[in-house]
Amino acid sequence: MGAGHSHALFVHRDSPVHALAPEVKITASVLFTVAVVATPREALWAFGGYLVVIVAVAFTARIGLGWLALRSLIELPFILFAFALPFLGHGERVHWLGLSLSVDGLYGAWNIVAKGTLGVLSSLLLAGTTTPRDLLLGLDRLRCPTMITQIATFMLRYLDVLAAEGRRMRIAQRSRGYDPRFLWQIKGFASGIGALFLRAFERGERVYLAMVSRGYEGRIPLSLAGAGATARQWAAAAPVPVVAGAIATVALLG
Amino acid sequence: MPAVAMHISNGIIDNQVALLFAAIALAGLGLCFVQGRRELDDRLVPMAGLVAAFIFAVQMLNFQVLPGVSGHLLGGTLAAILVGPYLGAICVSIVLVVQALIFSDGGVTALGLNVTNMALLGTAAGYLLVATLLRVLPRRAWTLTVAAVIASVVSVTVASQGFVLQYYLGGAVDVGRSLGAIAAAMAGTHLLIGLGEGVITALTVTYVAKVRPDLVYAVRNLKRPVVSEAVTV
Repeated sequence: MGAGHSHALFVHRDSPVHALAPEVKITASVLFTVAVVATPREALWAFGGYLVVIVAVAFTARIGLGWLALRSLIELPFILFAFALPFLGHGERVHWLGLSLSVDGLYGAWNIVAKGTLGVLSSLLLAGTTTPRDLLLGLDRLRCPTMITQIATFMLRYLDVLAAEGRRMRIAQRSRGYDPRFLWQIKGFASGIGALFLRAFERGERVYLAMVSRGYEGRIPLSLAGAGATARQWAAAAPVPVVAGAIATVALLG
Repeated sequence: MPAVAMHISNGIIDNQVALLFAAIALAGLGLCFVQGRRELDDRLVPMAGLVAAFIFAVQMLNFQVLPGVSGHLLGGTLAAILVGPYLGAICVSIVLVVQALIFSDGGVTALGLNVTNMALLGTAAGYLLVATLLRVLPRRAWTLTVAAVIASVVSVTVASQGFVLQYYLGGAVDVGRSLGAIAAAMAGTHLLIGLGEGVITALTVTYVAKVRPDLVYAVRNLKRPVVSEAVTV
């Protein structure tokens, strides 16, 4: 099981990629991922090409490859799943070091490892160069349903508040000599979660009433000065999806 | 220690099936939004944001299961019992979207698959079971607790079998009869995860139902009160 997500991935740097409008980066990242996923798994060279694109963007964004490698460990369970496939797959088999491996399974494992890793790297570059708030602003400008962006905006605003509330409650518990963290103390842990929910919900109702009394009408403005991306910014980000699209097209035709 | 993903990444399920489930997820979420509006009108957005943040915060609280092995709550059934299946599904979906975009957990092209499994299947199974059990089981102090444990176990297992179905429809490798082994392995591990999930969910909702029964969706709409007569606070 994961360890939760304690902080956003944003890396504070001053780079051309950081300066791009969020909607441009989201579009480029999603198109890149779609191109990767659409590539036939037999076209091994194409995935090398995608990796070159990733490294080039990381270099421009001044994000270290070590940072990317460490964060991409999040994918580990699927890599392990991929390792099982050559043994489970059917059809033609090859023998290597005394192991009987399915060819289809090997390609499948490669498919998962390559596409999964490139997908994670692309998302990491997006999240590393864009603040969470900007990501939501970008989604909003891309006409993502307002319901989703609005709820996500509230969520991000409440998240740190709730996390801090949880930490405060934990400190209060521990300073009174109770530290539930083992299996037999699960009841104390669970009532902590229950209390957190109650406090959160009551806070939410309070905040909602305060907002209504200040003129809230069901939508908070996401951007005060919403200029949006310029044509030059779209052009600056275009090489990523264009190169990826070209690689995918050649791989599909070849 | 880096976090480890539990969400489907890109490239495991083929594109046609991923698209199909993206359509299913969108349709399901649309229904949830319509129903959610009916229940909460203009309070829907702020409250959904708050519950989503709560699920997210709860997932940060690690709990030591065994020395060296720690787990955390997934929160689908918890959300469904506390705020209802529609709002619950919306909140879990938003959490999944944010995790994919901001924390790189789960592939962007696999979002439809993840939302269908965890937000729609998991929440629906969990809530249906709790609602049924609360009406079928005798009214005792333990009714809600037992119902929540069972519902969590089934919900987490059903969600994991959603992945097996998707893998059967469009998996990267045809594993033939080994699919049964994958299904069994997924069900086995998720049964254990579900048990832990169930115990914490049950204790949490029992606590909230004692203090503010009006805030527990699954209990609020029952004709006869389920906890109040049996509770000693």
